[in-house]
Amino acid sequence: MDSVDFALVAACQAGLPLTPRPYHAIAEQVGLSADEVMSRMQAMMQAGVIRRIGVVPNHYALGYTANGMTVWDVADEQVEALGEAVGRLPFVSHCYRRPRHLPLWPYNLFAMVHARTREQAQAYARQIAAALGSACRQSDILYSSRILKKTGLRIGD
Amino acid sequence: MNRAPSPQPAKPTRASRRLGQEHDAAPQARVLSEIDRRLINALQGGFPICERPFQAAAEALGIDEAKLIERIDALLKAGVLTRFGPLFNAERMGGVNVLAAMSVPASRFDTVVQIVNAQPEIAHNYRREHALNLWFVGAAETPEKVEAAFSHIESASGLPVSRFPKEREFFVELILEA
Repeated sequence: MDSVDFALVAACQAGLPLTPRPYHAIAEQVGLSADEVMSRMQAMMQAGVIRRIGVVPNHYALGYTANGMTVWDVADEQVEALGEAVGRLPFVSHCYRRPRHLPLWPYNLFAMVHARTREQAQAYARQIAAALGSACRQSDILYSSRILKKTGLRIGD
Repeated sequence: MNRAPSPQPAKPTRASRRLGQEHDAAPQARVLSEIDRRLINALQGGFPICERPFQAAAEALGIDEAKLIERIDALLKAGVLTRFGPLFNAERMGGVNVLAAMSVPASRFDTVVQIVNAQPEIAHNYRREHALNLWFVGAAETPEKVEAAFSHIESASGLPVSRFPKEREFFVELILEA
């Protein structure tokens, strides 16, 4: 990532222009050739700086009202292998190991599930519980009841 | 499926990691036309990098370029889409993302939300049903900037912020079935 890449990120973090030649529009904005913009964006895709390019739907508009952060207290010596297994479940969108905050927060494995009903979210949680087996001591599901802020990445503000 | 754990980038796995197929009959928050549904299902990744990308993507959907641009614009304006464009991995640019949570008394909830949301480093903020009832993500170019935002929230609210930095990322990819 050099300063030109950062300028490109800044130019498209609000979104791509809705015009037939969006990369040309970005090129004009940052003062590069369109070919240079496209080859740099390809390179950022390869490097994983850009995860993907496309549309991002609003969960609620598509009916995904049961967005649950499932959290699990998993034995430390097994959490690495089990985290991989939970991350492989097809309905898990994000899966991380994070620190506990005892006594209020005994959970060290986080897995997000998105469903149209709480029953479905709970069914997903039961499948995660089955994958974790006896290594899991306790668990919870925290549903989001309100989105209070959601912005894209912001750099260079 | 080609899914690599971090630090390798997750490859798009659109066909295999599509959520929500279990509930075709469930009520929809918005009634989408067939073409909008196909657009959303087809374009959560893979938008091409080429001279006329809308034309290329539209062809695959069996519509024309102008129609695709018009539908994306309309879906953004209607709030069905929150964004259209590249999704960046902040960490690959040297940035950081830290999850944090607070226990906020109901009587002070709105005030504390204002304090949190006023920080530009706070990217997402959700109310959740738990003793820790406010969950947000701090994102910035450096860990110091995220930490400064969290410290500011603590001093302005008088409440502790519990930090949950990721110790390991097992999987990240969210594709929703329309």
